[in-house]
Amino acid sequence: MSTTDVPIPVANPREPLYRRLPVISHFTKSVGLQRGMLVAGLVLTGAFVLTALFAPLLAPFGFAQLSDADGSFPTQQAPGGKHLLGTTVGGYDVLSRVIWGAQTAILVIVVAVAMSIVAGVVLGLVSGYIGGWLDRILVVIADAVYAFPSLLVAIVMAIVISGGQSSLVGGIFAAGTAITLVFIPQYFRVIRAETVRLKAEPFVESAKVVGASNIRIMTRHIYRNATRTLPLIFTLNASEAILTLAGLGFLGFGIEPSSAAEWGFDLNKALADTTSGIWWTGLFPGLAIVLTVVGLTLVGESINDLNDPRLRGRRRTGGKNPAPVETAATAAEVRNP
Amino acid sequence: MTVNINPLSGAVPGPRHESDGGSPVLDIDHLQVNFATDGGPVQAVKDVSLQVRKGEVLAIVGESGSGKTVTAKTILGLLPETASSSGAVVINGTDVISVSAARLRHIRGRDVAMVFQEPSTALNPVFTVGWQIAEGIRAHAGSGGKRISAREAKSQAVEALRKVGIPDPERRVNYYPHQFSGGQKQRVVIAAALALNPGLIVADEPTTALDVTVQAEILELLRNLRNKYGTSIVLITHNMGVVADLADRVVVMYQGDVVEEAPARTLFAEPRQDYTRKLLAAVPHLGHHSASEGLTSRAHQDEEVLVEANNLTIEYPGRLGTPAFKAVDRVSFTLSRGEVFGLVGESGSGKTTIGRAIAGLNRTTGGSLKVLGYEMLNLRERTFKPLRKDVGFVFQDPAASFNPQLTIGDCIAEPMVIHTKPSPAQARKRVGELLESVQLPSSYAGRYPHELSGGQRQRASLARALSLNPRLLIADEPTSALDVSVQAKVLDLFRDIQQEFGFGCLFISHDLAVVDTLSSWVGVLYKGRLVEQGIGNQVMGSPRHDYTRRLIASLPVPDPQEQSRRREEHRALLGI
Repeated sequence: MSTTDVPIPVANPREPLYRRLPVISHFTKSVGLQRGMLVAGLVLTGAFVLTALFAPLLAPFGFAQLSDADGSFPTQQAPGGKHLLGTTVGGYDVLSRVIWGAQTAILVIVVAVAMSIVAGVVLGLVSGYIGGWLDRILVVIADAVYAFPSLLVAIVMAIVISGGQSSLVGGIFAAGTAITLVFIPQYFRVIRAETVRLKAEPFVESAKVVGASNIRIMTRHIYRNATRTLPLIFTLNASEAILTLAGLGFLGFGIEPSSAAEWGFDLNKALADTTSGIWWTGLFPGLAIVLTVVGLTLVGESINDLNDPRLRGRRRTGGKNPAPVETAATAAEVRNP
Repeated sequence: MTVNINPLSGAVPGPRHESDGGSPVLDIDHLQVNFATDGGPVQAVKDVSLQVRKGEVLAIVGESGSGKTVTAKTILGLLPETASSSGAVVINGTDVISVSAARLRHIRGRDVAMVFQEPSTALNPVFTVGWQIAEGIRAHAGSGGKRISAREAKSQAVEALRKVGIPDPERRVNYYPHQFSGGQKQRVVIAAALALNPGLIVADEPTTALDVTVQAEILELLRNLRNKYGTSIVLITHNMGVVADLADRVVVMYQGDVVEEAPARTLFAEPRQDYTRKLLAAVPHLGHHSASEGLTSRAHQDEEVLVEANNLTIEYPGRLGTPAFKAVDRVSFTLSRGEVFGLVGESGSGKTTIGRAIAGLNRTTGGSLKVLGYEMLNLRERTFKPLRKDVGFVFQDPAASFNPQLTIGDCIAEPMVIHTKPSPAQARKRVGELLESVQLPSSYAGRYPHELSGGQRQRASLARALSLNPRLLIADEPTSALDVSVQAKVLDLFRDIQQEFGFGCLFISHDLAVVDTLSSWVGVLYKGRLVEQGIGNQVMGSPRHDYTRRLIASLPVPDPQEQSRRREEHRALLGI
């Protein structure tokens, strides 16, 4: 009676590890426009990351450099010559500051997202699994944090942490913590919802029946199944983190130009220049923000679409789809006049 | 082909079994359907040709993956975007594969309608059933040139509800779906399908989600529709009993191909193809191969009592202001070592709740439930944990009861890791032994759950439950998610292992025939109460309680002749 119980052929005997990594597996799965979006996002994001890593090599000057061997930099010089993207009113080289700014941005993303992921996942697991009053209180707090304008929280945190000082580390942690606080509820909610769903799954009940402890169930059975959507939220939140940092800098709560380069702060300083026709001080930091955010969002959205089998595009079968349908139609008409 | 009867002339009494040679209502010719998947194109339907004549019930049977549902969906043009089809599906002279979307909409509902498997999801919960039936009527009235008033549409909806036997249709046309029971909901779905008098109804597993007693009513309704209005029905099902009960002609499908096509009686009496023979042999048949054959008293009574329930009551707290719901109501039974206790009942009867309570997944609220001597009424996880190694549990859905992130080996070893803490080498050795005892190669330990078929997964699940040699095993519908041929194998294996290991087993199922082949002592649950228990073949053969009698009479058996006799008995029992 070996009708349907024949061992189903395991189509591909486990692909090599590197092909199963999040972004790479998504790339191989994608086709057409979706692949185009993913590639565009990856290129922009890759450029951003590489710029940040190799900022010391790429930037012609330091971020706080005002002079070199030839003397002080000219102020508000138009792009061209020694200063490819011109200089600011304070005499900083715009190109150098845009490049160094990538480094600050990436540090903030890493700090903020790492802290909020850890806290959000732990809280979400515990809250969802244990439930009861603990769950209710945590959900209310998470909702309350949602209600705060994130910039307001960020400003308060900036004041509390750096106390008016604005060193590189202090500034990054101020921005990072502020963003963390705002993002914890997002991770918390996603993980909690998954945990509540998984808690009722038979495999969790089956673990309960064999006598697994709560901690074992949470870490071994739920954690690994609940965190599968994290790469997606990570990319989306990374772009939001940059926007919050830029907003902080723009409002003047960022990092002093002598401690680190920061796009939002430079935008703020460029405000006054616009009226006098100096476009280069604002355009380039602004473009850096836009391109980075677009890149990260494209990656996130593509991953989101590719993760969902219903949204994922596929190659049509056979490639020459319409042809057989046409012939079938004519055949049918012939038989049924 | 000179005789031509308009297939849409609704009220003409249809021919009973033999067709009159008129033009077919549905003509599928060399249909082929491919799906684009991540793993490349998959051929779901390879080459299917079939015809349905007026007033005929054609059953398409097959196991999962045979392409029967895809064929049905093609008839209505309901395939997803990833599918591409070739061949011809001709309904009243129109090929639905090649027509435009607008033309297809014309055909749907008017020439062909569909009845879905799950009535509670096929109806929209925020509209009244009358509105939903009228929706189809109004959608088609507009195309004919004249509009139809809301009142007219509603009166037609009332008429449709009356046809399907909903009592008091004038009032109930304004009810919402949740105000109907499951069987009535399916009647409403059928009413919606009937609203425009289509010549053809495609019913995709119309009774699979329903209890057997309700299933009998719906089958009766479908039979009446055919007899009264001459509606042709394409019945998609995996249940051979349903086929025997309703079908005139049967098409057996296997892996996208038609294996055999024959009139129902011929097919059951003398199947021509090997596959059909195997399929029919695998179907459990009430009264055949009973586990309790020849028994006159309950076996294993001198053995250790593993589970003792005494007036066991389990309540679920109601919402604010509503009383608690009694899922299990004063149930008393015992289960001894070496015995297989079959617990049968329909959905909501409390059978699963009892099984879960024994495993400590549910709390009991009254009476007494002693599991291995431990009183579950005051269950504390810490004190019960040492006993857990003596209780195995096999879940219904083998796909969901394994953690998808762990290998089969890790899953099977988990009970050992928790209770006996073996070395990795010991655990691996034991996992290999267990896999072999459930007839799986030990190399499967390194595979992930999704790499196994349903039957293999359920065997692995059995291996996990047995890993600590439990004294008690609870099997909650272990085979109802499996195809019949796979089910037969798993049941055989289960029987062998039970005899080898000698554990006591609570076997929970809604399928009387399955329970009868496995357990010698059977209890029947109805609305939380144990209405009858006794030796299997006595309960099945000469039931004492009214409910049991009704339950057994409404179970269709896979034999058209016997089934038509049973149908008469069932009618007599209900006083129709």
